[in-house]
Order: sequence, then C-alpha cells, then structure tokens
Amino acid sequence: MLSSVAERVYWLGRYLERAENSARLLKVYSAMLFDLPRGTSLDWSTLIDIVGVNEGYKEKYQEVDEKLVVKHLLADTDNPNSIFNSLVMARENARTTREVIPSEAWEQVNAIYHVLKDKLNPRMGRAARYSLLEEIITNSQRLEGLFISCMSHNKAFSFIELGRKLERADMTSRLVDVGSINLLPAFSSNPSQRLVLEPYENIVWMNVLRCLGAFQAYRQQVQNRVSGNAVVSFLLQNEEFPRSIGFCLHELVSQLEKLPNNEDVIRAIARVKRITREVDVESLVDRGLLEFIDELQISIADIHEEITRVWFNLEIKLKEDS
Amino acid sequence: MSISWKSYNPGEFYDELISSPGYPRKVARKLTKYLSSLSHVELQQRKAMVEHAIKTMGISFTVYSEAGNIDRQWPMDLVPRIINQTKWDRTSDGLKQRLRALNCFINDVYNDGKIIKDRVVPGDLLKKSKNYRKECAGMKPLHEVWAHICGTDLIRDKDGEFYVLEDNLRVPSGVSYMLENRTVTKRVFPELFENYDIQPITDYPTQLFDTLAAISPKPKDYPEVVVLTPGIYNSAYFEHSFLAQQMGCELVQGSDLHVEDDYVFMKTIQGLAPVDVIYRRIDDLFLDPEVFNTDSALGVPGLMRAWLKGNVGLANAPGAGVADDKVVYTYVPKMIKYYLDEDPILPNVPSFLCTDKLQLQHVLKNLDKLVVKPANESGGYGMLIGPQSTQRQRAEFARRIKANPREYMAQPLISLSTAPVLGESNMEPRHVDLRPFCLQGSKPYVTAGGLTRVAMVKGSYVVNSSQGGGSKDTWIVRE
Repeated sequence: MLSSVAERVYWLGRYLERAENSARLLKVYSAMLFDLPRGTSLDWSTLIDIVGVNEGYKEKYQEVDEKLVVKHLLADTDNPNSIFNSLVMARENARTTREVIPSEAWEQVNAIYHVLKDKLNPRMGRAARYSLLEEIITNSQRLEGLFISCMSHNKAFSFIELGRKLERADMTSRLVDVGSINLLPAFSSNPSQRLVLEPYENIVWMNVLRCLGAFQAYRQQVQNRVSGNAVVSFLLQNEEFPRSIGFCLHELVSQLEKLPNNEDVIRAIARVKRITREVDVESLVDRGLLEFIDELQISIADIHEEITRVWFNLEIKLKEDS
Repeated sequence: MSISWKSYNPGEFYDELISSPGYPRKVARKLTKYLSSLSHVELQQRKAMVEHAIKTMGISFTVYSEAGNIDRQWPMDLVPRIINQTKWDRTSDGLKQRLRALNCFINDVYNDGKIIKDRVVPGDLLKKSKNYRKECAGMKPLHEVWAHICGTDLIRDKDGEFYVLEDNLRVPSGVSYMLENRTVTKRVFPELFENYDIQPITDYPTQLFDTLAAISPKPKDYPEVVVLTPGIYNSAYFEHSFLAQQMGCELVQGSDLHVEDDYVFMKTIQGLAPVDVIYRRIDDLFLDPEVFNTDSALGVPGLMRAWLKGNVGLANAPGAGVADDKVVYTYVPKMIKYYLDEDPILPNVPSFLCTDKLQLQHVLKNLDKLVVKPANESGGYGMLIGPQSTQRQRAEFARRIKANPREYMAQPLISLSTAPVLGESNMEPRHVDLRPFCLQGSKPYVTAGGLTRVAMVKGSYVVNSSQGGGSKDTWIVRE
C-alpha cells in the first residue's frame, strides 16, 4: 500500500471520528446546560476550552454565548476543527482515495458534506441544530458499519481504524475533562444554594456518559450510582465499551499487528496503556485530573507522531539510507 | 402535458432519434413512446433525480479559472442516444483499423521511417511536429504498439455517416463519464431498460487492465499496474481515480514513484515495491524532468531511462502523440492503405493543408466559410469558426497561418447531428458528437458506443465540457 494513500485514509478515519465526537459533544453539552440552574460556573466558554480552540475563538469574537460558540464549533470555516471543516477534510481525503475505499463510502461522505453545506445557516434554531447533529452522528456510524461490512479488512482498513480509534481515544479524554469541571465553587459560599445544587451533583458525569452513548453500558457493568471515580475509571480502563480509552488502545494494537514495522508504534501504545492502567483514580478526581488528562493527551499525540514517522514519511528514510 | 414529438424539428440536420417531426427512427420508437407517456412534471422530476444522483456519486470535473479551480458537477441529459448495432459494428471495425495503422505509423517514424522514404508522407511533417520526441528514436515497445488507448472523435454529417474529426493519442479522457452516465441512467430510469437489449459497457476497466497487463516487461499473472495522475487539481482527476478504483490499481502521483538502477518502484508502507506498468495520465513533457521539462514536479526522474531499457511499460508510450496532430491526421487514410493495404472504413472530414500552396490559397480565400484548427491544441481551444467570426479575427488568423503554415489546417464547417435534449418545457434538438475509446494491446477492443457530448446552447457546435457542453448515455441497440 502506498504511503501517501495510507496517510490519507488514516486522516479520513480521524476526521470522520472528529466530526462525530464534536457533534456528540455539542449535543450533550447543550442538553446539560438546559438542565442546570442558571448561574453555575459551567457555561459556553468551558466548551471552547475542552475542544481546545480558545485562541482562535477569542481572536474572532468578543462575547461568549450559545449562538456564537455553536457557530464556531459547527460551521466556522476559519476554525480548523469545526465540524464543517472536519467533514470537508474527510471528504477531500475520501475523494483522493476512492480507489481503495468502497464507492458507497465515498458517496456517504460526499452526501453528508452536501447535507451540511445546504442546511447550515447562522439563524438555525435549537431544534434544527439538534436534528442536524443527529444526522452527522448517524452518518458517521453508518460509515463505520460500511467499512466494517463492505470493505476488505486489508491494510487500508487498518489505517482507517487507526485514525478512528486514536481520534476517539483523544476525544474521550477531552470528555473526561468536562466531567472534572467543578460545579460547586460558584455556590459554595452560600450554604443554602449548596442545597439547591444537590440534585445536580452527578448530572455532569451522567451527561458525559450519555454523550458517549455509554450510560447503559456503565450501569450494566458498574452497577453503582453514577460517581466521578467510577466514571473516570470506566472511560479510562474499560476494555469492553468501544468508546472507552482502554478499548480504543486494545483495538489499535490488534490493527497494528497486521502492519509491517509496527514495533515502535506498539511501544508508544504500551506507554499510554500503562498510564491509564496504573493511575490512582481515587486521588485524581479530587485533585490533579486536569494535569493527568494533559499528560494522557500528550502521550496519545506521541502515538500519532510514531505512526507518521514509520509509515508516512518514507521520503526521509530513503535519504537516510543513501 | 407531455412531450410533443411533432413539434420537435431538427431541421436540415441528421437527428439521432427522430427522422422527421413526429416520426421517430425505428430503433428509437419504444423510447420516444415511453417518454411521451410521462407528464411534464414527471420528466422534470427525473431530471432533478439525475442531477441529485450525479451530486451524491460525486461525478465531477475541474474547470480552471482565474478565481481558482472549480469542481463542477458532470452535466448529463437524461434522454439516451441510440445507435443501431449494424451501423456500430462497421464503425467499430473502422476504429480498430485506424488505430492499427496509426500504431504502424508511430513505430515506423521512430524506427525505419519507410513511409517517408516511400514519399507517402513528407519528411518535414515530422521534423516540425511538436509531439515528435527524438529521445524515442530506435525504441520498439512490446507488440510494437505505442498508442494503447485512443479516444477518437466522430461526428455524423447530414447523410447520417460517421466521420473522424480527430484522433486523441496522448492522454484521452472521458471514458469514466461514459461509464458513469450508464450507471446514472440505470438508477434514475430503470424502466427504459425493460424494452431494449442494450450492449453492456461495464467491461471497459477489465479490458483496459488486460491491455495494460499485456505490456508488462515480465510476463506475470498479476503485474503491478499503476495509474499515474498529475494530482487532485487536474481536470480529469475524477477519471484517474475512477479507473484506478475500477481496475483495483494503485493511483500514484510522481512523488509516489522512485527510479533506482533503471527500475521503477513505488513508496509503500513496507518500503519500495516494484512497478511493472504505468498508465500515465501526464503529458510527455512532464513525465521525466531528467529528459523533458526540467522543472516538472509532476514527473519521475529517471522514468525515461527505465522505459527505454524495457524495464517498465508506459501507456501510451512517450512520443505517441506524433500521430495526434491535426496535420498528420490528414494522412491517415493514406497510412491505412500503405501499412495495411486496406481501404479506410471510416472517412476523414475533408481537410485542407496550409503547407500546400494551392490548398493554402483556398484556405485564405475562404476563411469565412472554413473552420481553422491549430495542429496541436485540444479541448476546442484556439480555433477559428469562419461563419461565426469577425473580420478582425479572420485577419489575425490569416497572419498566423502565413507565419506558420505547418501549425494549421482547415476544414469545411461540417454539420453535427442532433439529438433531443430535455429543456424547460419540451424536447429540443442539440448538436452532438461521439468519442468511442479504442484499445490495442495484444488484441484490439472498442467500447460499445462511447461518450456522447452535447452542445447545450441552441445552434452551438461547442461540445467541450470545459466550455459548457453536456453529455448523454449512449446505447448500441439491435433493431
């Protein structure tokens, strides 16, 4: 398989997954805000932090409100990580790898791009937005099914999977960030308001689970009321639920085993596995979760660096050899 | 309200479906009857479905403009063009004959040059040919075939006969659109296929692969065949990608290839892997910066060395374009006689050579009636259409022709046949041509039909998609 094609299908996987996860995030985040009492410390600016587009946003807008944040994350063409841009890039990568992906897959990617292009409009209401996000998620799932059931599980498939699972692990780690945001500070000075907030205590964690479609799986496996510790260890370590980081890492290794010269990449994954397995979750949630997630994200980025070095940059290797 | 075939009037032109107002040709009767059974609203719905199918399938082409490259949706009219099988069989024989002769010619001019020694073709014709590559002299590709893939433009005059307008032997494009047009018709108009036995066209990619595999330097069951594209910004990128996909080949760019010890390799995730055959969709001059344009970033340094040593198959062979020249074109009937000792099955459009004194005089005197074409342009650019030209344009062309007679030839304004196109309210006649694709490797092959291109503007002869032309699905049907 050509290095250049491998790189493009890998990014196809990443961008599709990025679009889906951003849509999930946006959907659940809105739902959660509507549940919370007004005046909590959780507002739309937190979402910009999680996605990591703080700088770009602040350069462009002075205010932070629902309309602008949603627009920036969903539609802005100057935000490289907006859902629209992710799908533009996914489409471009699919368009340039049509010889290796099933033609139905190309048609699906192309179709969702056109849907988004036709339906996006700045005055879009909440209801229309909700159904558009649903459509993006469904389309991404349909595509995943298409790859699994209509494409040979060959090297190109492995690279799509690498892209998808790595991006997913990264996005799940960002969602753990959401849960770690403490709702209480704004209310803690006033004991009577503390009482008001009690029913909401676990609402953030519950929404994080819902965002990942993990609520049911969590209840079945943890059989405990939703608590920060349990959710964090479920999302970091569980190897059965497909959106937990533990599962993604496991899948990455099984795809890697089908590829040549895989040692360095497998080593990079082993490092991430160690980090997630050995961490003391109990102490994390009370303090240090944010720092831990940062460390985790850096080590996930290392996997990407290794993949790029080993398979996509043959040019450099040729020069080194000669 | 439904279609009224009685008010459909192609005038003096040969129409592909209708012989005179109200009277469809025998082979088209079931089609015209079915179309008439649909209401205006139903027809417009189908038209919208065609556009939607093309949009989701992503059938597109790129137009270069000052404002950047635009990816445009492929334009297709939903009414198929029907050609009778008997007529087609003869045409198909003519195309094979022509390509055989052209290949003999190319091989001859790069080797013994017999046709020049025998004075059938003047020697200075080649010396001044922009597409003659001196680097290829003495080369004998496998099977002595240089042009493996040829797209020949045919037109149908008022008499209903096919004439050859030009041979495209460099990197002819359009075949993917021919295949996709059929796919779209099947999706949108499945009913049409119930009453007709239509020659299938889907085997083209297989035939193409076999043709390419046949020029592998080493005989192998599965030689490594790749499609070489200039890249995603090329106007025909869609086609390159489509053909690679259909043949199950790698689609490569110059930067994916590497020549070492005169062998060609591609850069894969496992390192370098050998390549046997390259279906190149890059012009000669960009193929190899060591030999041709030194600043070409599209090509592969060393590719020509590998080819000249017989270590890689190239289709079409570099230099094959020497026969794809509108002046050389005028000699093709003579070539057929000379190399094959056969009479040409397909006639050329009558042409005037500006290198001949008497013919040049005729051309200059009749610029207002003739079409003047540059010898080496494609895509319909740089032409003078006499009857539609201004005094100033004619003066300009007269100057250019006199300065450079070898670079121009002229033809009478021949008629293009018409075919019905669904307009806003009714069927309207529009001019069409036809580009069948002909393969020659170890055995010859011609597509059943080809790509019908349509001039969408009333009365216009310009069918090129880059200039607003459309297309039609083309059926070869037994009566």
